Amino acid sequence: MAATTATTPRPTKRSIPWTVLPFAAILVALLLIAILAPLVAPMDPNTQNLLARLKAPGFQARGMTYFLGSDELGRDVLSRLIYGARVSLLVAFASVTLSGIFGTVVGMIAAFYRGWTETLIMRLVDIVLSVPAILLAIITVAVLGPSFANVVIVLSMTRWPRYARVAYGQTLSVANMPYVRLSRFMGAGWLRLLSRHILPNIAGALIVVATLEFGLMVLFEAGLSFLGLGVQPPTASWGAMLATGRNYVATAWWIATFPGLALFLLVLSINLIGDHIRDRLDPRGR
Amino acid sequence: MSHPLLSVDELRVTIGGQPVVDGISFDIAQGEILSLVGESGCGKSMTAFSVMGLLPRAARLSGGRVMLDGTELSALTETELQALRGNELAMIFQEPVASLNPLMKIGRQIEESLIVHRGLEGREARRAAIDMLAEVGIPEPEIRAGQYPFELSGGMCQRAMIAMALICRPRLLIADEPTTALDVTIQAQILDLMKKLRDETGTAILLITHDMGVVAEMADRVAVMYAGRVIETAPVDALFARQEHPYTRLLLKTIPRLDGEPKETLPVIEGLVPDIGQWPEGCRFSPRCPLANDACRKAVPPLASRRDIGSTACWHAEQVGAI
Repeated sequence: MAATTATTPRPTKRSIPWTVLPFAAILVALLLIAILAPLVAPMDPNTQNLLARLKAPGFQARGMTYFLGSDELGRDVLSRLIYGARVSLLVAFASVTLSGIFGTVVGMIAAFYRGWTETLIMRLVDIVLSVPAILLAIITVAVLGPSFANVVIVLSMTRWPRYARVAYGQTLSVANMPYVRLSRFMGAGWLRLLSRHILPNIAGALIVVATLEFGLMVLFEAGLSFLGLGVQPPTASWGAMLATGRNYVATAWWIATFPGLALFLLVLSINLIGDHIRDRLDPRGR
Repeated sequence: MSHPLLSVDELRVTIGGQPVVDGISFDIAQGEILSLVGESGCGKSMTAFSVMGLLPRAARLSGGRVMLDGTELSALTETELQALRGNELAMIFQEPVASLNPLMKIGRQIEESLIVHRGLEGREARRAAIDMLAEVGIPEPEIRAGQYPFELSGGMCQRAMIAMALICRPRLLIADEPTTALDVTIQAQILDLMKKLRDETGTAILLITHDMGVVAEMADRVAVMYAGRVIETAPVDALFARQEHPYTRLLLKTIPRLDGEPKETLPVIEGLVPDIGQWPEGCRFSPRCPLANDACRKAVPPLASRRDIGSTACWHAEQVGAI
C-alpha cells in the first residue's frame, strides 16, 4: 500500500508557527525536568539546612550553590521547584485523564440515549457546575484528608461536566450523520456505534478541551496546595511554595517569585498550544 | 411466485399523532425490483425505515405488519432485528460520501458487517471485503480498501456503500434514492451495477425514488405513493403504457420528452402536495384532480385490482386515459 501514499494527495503537514514553537519547547523542557527530577535537581528538595535559611540566589554553603536561593528551612528553592513540577504535572495529567474519560462517556451516553437518561445526566452536569469548586474541595479534604489521590479526585469531580457538555453536543451532531445511521442499518450495536463511529469523530474537540483544562488543573492544584488542601509538606509543590513564600515576600522575594514564574510559564505554554490545536482542528480555520 | 419475500400489510406510521404512512400494503417477490415512487414527504422513506425496524425517534409504528419470508418483523426484539440488519436486510442511502465514516478505511467499513454478523476477522474478512469491492466494479480494490472516503469520488463511495450492503448477501436491499446525489453517467453505472448484482445474487430490491427515468430503467413493478398511501401499482411496462390513476397520469405528463413536439412550458400538476396532517377528506388527490367530483371528496377510493396485473385507488379509473 506504499504506492497509495505516493499517488494520492494528502493534506500537507503544517509546521508549528514560530509564535507557538518557544512555548512548545518550554513545555517539553518542563516535562523532561519533571520526569528526570532526581537527575536534574542539584540537591535533595527536603534536606534542611537551618544555617542557610532565607539566603538569596547564588548563596554558597558546604560547597553547594543555592542558584535560586533557599527557603525558610534552608531548602534549595531550585530543587523544590524541579520536584514541584512533578506534582503539578502529575496531578494535572491524572485529573484531566480521569475527568476526561468519565465526562466523555457520560456525555456520549446522554446524547445517544436521549430521553430521561439525557435529562438526568445533563441536569446533574448543571448541578455540579453550580457547586463552588473550592467549597467542594474543602468538604472532600475534610472528610477524606489531604493527599495526592484526593486532590485528583476533587479536581476530577468538579471538572468532568466540561467534557460531558462538549461530548454531549458533539455526539448529538455526529449521531445524525448518515454514516452513523448506515452503520445502524447494517446491524451495529450501540457499543460499536459509540466506540468506533462516534468517538473518533468527536475526539478532536475533546482533545482541545483537555489541553485547555490541563492548564487550568495546574492552577487548581497550586490553589489547593496554597490553601493547604493539596499535597502535604514536606512534598514540594508550587502552590505550597507560594503559600510559605507569601510570609517572606518583603525579606526573601525569591521563595514566592520563582514558583509563581514557573506556574505562569507552564500555564501560558499549555494555553497557547491548546489554542493552536483548536485552530488546527477547527474546520472554519482551514 | 410462491409466497412473497417481503410482505407489507396495512402499515401505518405516525409522527406526533399525525399519520405519515397511512395503511400501505405491497409485496416483493424473491429477486424482484419494486420501485416505490412519490414526491417528497409522501412516506416513502418512512416505509423503508419501518421495514428495517429503525424509525426516527419521533415516529411511531401504529399499525400493520411487515413480514420477511414468513417472520413478522415487528414481533422481533431489538437484538433479533440487529441480527437481521446488514445480514438479511440491508439499506443504502442517497448521500454516498456522508454515509461513510470519514475516519475509517473503506475496507474496514465493509468488513464491519462480517465482523458483526459472521464473526469473521483478520485476513479472511479483509479478503472478502476486497473481493466485494472488485465485484461492485471498483478498480484496484486492494488499494482502495486501504484508503479513506475523502480519497474516493462520489460514485466510488456509492459503490463502496453497495459493497457494504451486499457483503453478507442480504435477501432484500432497500435503496433510498441511491443515485440522486450522483451525476447522470455515474447514475447509469450504479443502476446497471445494482441490476447486475440482482441478476447474479437474487437479492430483491426495494427501490425508493422520485425519478421516473430510474423507475423505467430498473423496476419490475412500481408502486406509486401519494400522501401516505399507495394509489397505483402495476408492472413497469403496463404502468408506462397506461396509467389508471390521474396522479400517475399527470406525473408522467410532466416529464419532458425528447421525441415529442417542443412545448414552451412544461405541464404541471396544479396545486401543492397537502401537508402531513392536512390531508383532505375522501381521495387525497381530489383537490388537484381534474376528474374529481363530490363522490371523490367524500369517500376514499379503495385500492382495487384491475386486469389482474395491478391495482388503482380511483373512482374514475376508466376515464383517466382521457386526461
